[in-house]
Amino acid sequence: METGALPRIVHEYAVLELIVISILNGVLFGMLLFLLSSGLTVIFSMMGVLNFAHASFYMLGAFFGFQLTKWIGFWPAFVLAPLLVGAIGMAVERYGLRNTHKHGHVAELLLTFGLAFAIEEIVAMIWGRSPVDYRVPALLDFPAFTIFSTNYPAYKIFMLAVSVVIFVALLLVLRRTRVGLIVQAALTHPHMVGHLGHNVGRVFMVVFGVGSALAGLAGVIAGPALVTQSDMAAALGPILFVVIVFGGLGSLPGAFVASLVIGLVQTFAVALNGSLASVFGPLDAAGGPSALSDIWNVTIAQVAPIIPYLLLVIILIVRPMGLMGTRES
Amino acid sequence: MTAAIEVRAVEKRFGNVGIIRDLNLSIAQGERHAIIGPNGAGKSTTFNLISGHIKPTSGEVRLNGDVISGLQPFEINRRGLSRSFQVTNVFARMTVWENVRSAVLWATGHRYAFWKNVDSLPEVRERTARILEDIHLTHRRDVPAGLLTYAEQRELEIGITIAGGATVVMLDEPTAGMSHAETERAVSLIRRLTEGRTLVIVEHDMSVVFGLADRISVLVYGHIIASGTPEEIRRDPKVREAYLGEEAH
Amino acid sequence: MTTATTSVSGPAANAAGENLRFYGVWLAGVIVLIVLPLVFSSGGSLTSFSLIGIAIVFALSYNILLGQTGLLSFGHAVHYGLGGFTACHVMNAIVSHGWPIPLPFIPLFGGLGGLGFAILVGWLMTKRAGTVFAMISLGIGELVASSSLILRSVFGGEAGITTDRTALPRMFGWTFGPQIQVYYLIAFWLVVSAIAMYALTRTPLGRISNAVRDNPERVQFIGYDPHVVRYLAYCFAGFFAGIAGGLAAISFEIANSAYLGAIQSGLVLFATFIGGTAYFFGPILGAILVTYLQLGLTSVTSVWQLYFGIIFIGIVMFSPGGIAGLVMMHRPLLRAGSLWTVIPSYLVAIVPTVALACGVILVIETIARHSGGEASAINLFGIAFNPKSPATWIAAAVLVAGGFVIARLTWRRVGEAWDRAATVARDRGYLA
Repeated sequence: METGALPRIVHEYAVLELIVISILNGVLFGMLLFLLSSGLTVIFSMMGVLNFAHASFYMLGAFFGFQLTKWIGFWPAFVLAPLLVGAIGMAVERYGLRNTHKHGHVAELLLTFGLAFAIEEIVAMIWGRSPVDYRVPALLDFPAFTIFSTNYPAYKIFMLAVSVVIFVALLLVLRRTRVGLIVQAALTHPHMVGHLGHNVGRVFMVVFGVGSALAGLAGVIAGPALVTQSDMAAALGPILFVVIVFGGLGSLPGAFVASLVIGLVQTFAVALNGSLASVFGPLDAAGGPSALSDIWNVTIAQVAPIIPYLLLVIILIVRPMGLMGTRES
Repeated sequence: MTAAIEVRAVEKRFGNVGIIRDLNLSIAQGERHAIIGPNGAGKSTTFNLISGHIKPTSGEVRLNGDVISGLQPFEINRRGLSRSFQVTNVFARMTVWENVRSAVLWATGHRYAFWKNVDSLPEVRERTARILEDIHLTHRRDVPAGLLTYAEQRELEIGITIAGGATVVMLDEPTAGMSHAETERAVSLIRRLTEGRTLVIVEHDMSVVFGLADRISVLVYGHIIASGTPEEIRRDPKVREAYLGEEAH
Repeated sequence: MTTATTSVSGPAANAAGENLRFYGVWLAGVIVLIVLPLVFSSGGSLTSFSLIGIAIVFALSYNILLGQTGLLSFGHAVHYGLGGFTACHVMNAIVSHGWPIPLPFIPLFGGLGGLGFAILVGWLMTKRAGTVFAMISLGIGELVASSSLILRSVFGGEAGITTDRTALPRMFGWTFGPQIQVYYLIAFWLVVSAIAMYALTRTPLGRISNAVRDNPERVQFIGYDPHVVRYLAYCFAGFFAGIAGGLAAISFEIANSAYLGAIQSGLVLFATFIGGTAYFFGPILGAILVTYLQLGLTSVTSVWQLYFGIIFIGIVMFSPGGIAGLVMMHRPLLRAGSLWTVIPSYLVAIVPTVALACGVILVIETIARHSGGEASAINLFGIAFNPKSPATWIAAAVLVAGGFVIARLTWRRVGEAWDRAATVARDRGYLA
């Protein structure tokens, strides 16, 4: 079958197609990750709290988006849902974290852990545990362009555009505004945050709110493209933590690079069907099933879920501070 | 006799900023040496460099003739150098007794042992009890360290520092924030407890410095401008200009 | 001021009476374990006791990390699970090779399984403490849990690895078929592990772990490498978690990927923290409570996990010392004789607090039934509420709002009464 010239050309096209589509999808996933990891990084740098519930805010964004779309349409939901999530985030900071602060960072981390657990249960209670039917808005439900034989959906281009716009906006805010300067100062000199003056509480609340709103926005736009389900936070959360440890805790550029790396690696891994067996030939069959044969025959697509964690282990061995981290803890 | 501490051409930069430049210091065995200098002169940084808390950018530090710069703090400690901290740095949730006992365990050879009952090690118990007596905290032995008064915590800090039996003891502003009476008590405590050991002390209170030290080094902008006996330092014009003159105003 | 020493039991000043009381508590525990199945002998309660016993060992092992060494792990179930898998494989190997190893020794192999993995990954994991350790433990947990589904020959895929505990060589003629025999096996290992873990807290390593928890920086200046201390503590925690996993494997005769997963890791964190990490008996209380709630609530409500989350958040926010911390807070006041002055304000505060709790339960159950499309009545302390009736909603709203406002006021009163009582205790030398 593979001997003819035509199939080979088709095959090469297929490889090229796979690469282009995977790059697009990978960058898209990476940008989504950055929407989340940027907020998480800034919150961690300023407040010393690793917000375990960050992915839960992302999930809330998706479900609010779904519900509001049903009631008032996608576009109003696109604006309102992130604001709602941001408001919830501010309330969590004001009434939860601020009171827990005196008990130390472990207590704060545990509070957000409990919140993540509770939010998942509340979402499951209200919307059930199976995926909800959160659809791409009709306005964007068409193929944007056709590449080789694949139709690339316009909605994904929209997602990419939104992420890029937010990315640019974040850059501008960080470079040009007073709050941005404070955040930058906090990133480089975390110990100085305490000296910001008496409105430090409000700065924290706003930063936490904005971070949550960004997570919510990521949820609203990702919901229709991915699966909107009550376990989506638990699935994404650990990857998010890998991203920020991989990039270096407290480093925004690190979070950006790590988001893209993990986004691309994950997407390519899922798309590839190769295994050690397909490259080096089957293992001597006489051995029967063993750990080695498991590893030999597993496809890259099957190991995709563990690749981020393998990367985490590798970076910890090679560079314990993370890609661009400068801080010990 | 080799010097207890020998600092040779040590530099420390944070980024492009040189905090310590060309630092040279020699402290003889059994000497009581005070390091003084205006705020921000780098006294605590010097302490951190010697005790291994931070690593010098260049230069070397020797303890009893052996190079210790580049070693981990616990390795330096095991070689007989112990230090206290300017900001009280005790084990807050553990009792006074346990604080001191923790500092005794390595030196008595029990290390990471997980097969011995820590309460039935006679030499540990006796040594801990003796140190508690020495720092006048026997009556507070079962109080968590975090609940002690400030002066008591400073005394405990000294107790932890000397508990391991280090031959070189470094105290970072041991009387900071104490009342006059408390300071006097602390000085006599320090004098008694560091008997026969080498003492390096950073201190702001000049009466403490001149009362306690055999020799004094004056640190200004990360550089030692003078080193000598209290009399020599008092007379040194450079010191008067750079430091004591300033203090008088 | 000398009276202060009498308030807390000093290790060196262990009077004979003190010793007696100490051994008395342990002896009482053992007696309870022996007598319990004689009093509650139904199959269901035996299974519950077995589960609780396993949960206690697991929670105590977790507290070696969290309470003793200050390491917050989100992946402790990895060692529990690997202990379980090791136990299953060893049991199957014993049966197929005919080795003369009876069942009671199996938990030891579970422990070695947990220890082995701890030795392997612990050094890397414990390089740093705090948030970074927490994140890495989460990552390693996910890595192992996901890998277990790939390495099918070792972990048996979705189905897991099954075994038959009765096929092993017998000891004292026990087949370990009946649940009561399994219960006593678990009780035995519970006692052995608890004594071992308690003893560990009283060794040089145990005390230095506390020092690392309190102040890792300072530990370096008393001769210790905090990394080594954390690593050793991690290995011990892994070992005892493995024992718990081995017990679970014996009890269920199966090990599967759920043993290793995030939910199991989360549950042990909940149990330990709710019980209280500052006292040795805290995790015991927590494991009993959480397992009991887990078994009890599932039959009463469909959203029992949500209640877990809420209880946990409540403990983190209002009583970070857990139940044990809450109980022990009262000890100096009890000794000083000033506790009784606080009781009335407690009694007052408890009423609106219970009202608030009832309101929250009513809200949750109403929503749960509404979205579940279910119309069964909500039974709250014998009162039936119709989830569709507006009266229920109004009652819930009134309970929540009113309970909240009044509870805040009354708890402020408790705080004031507490401060007065504490001053008395301080004056009498029972409180530092």
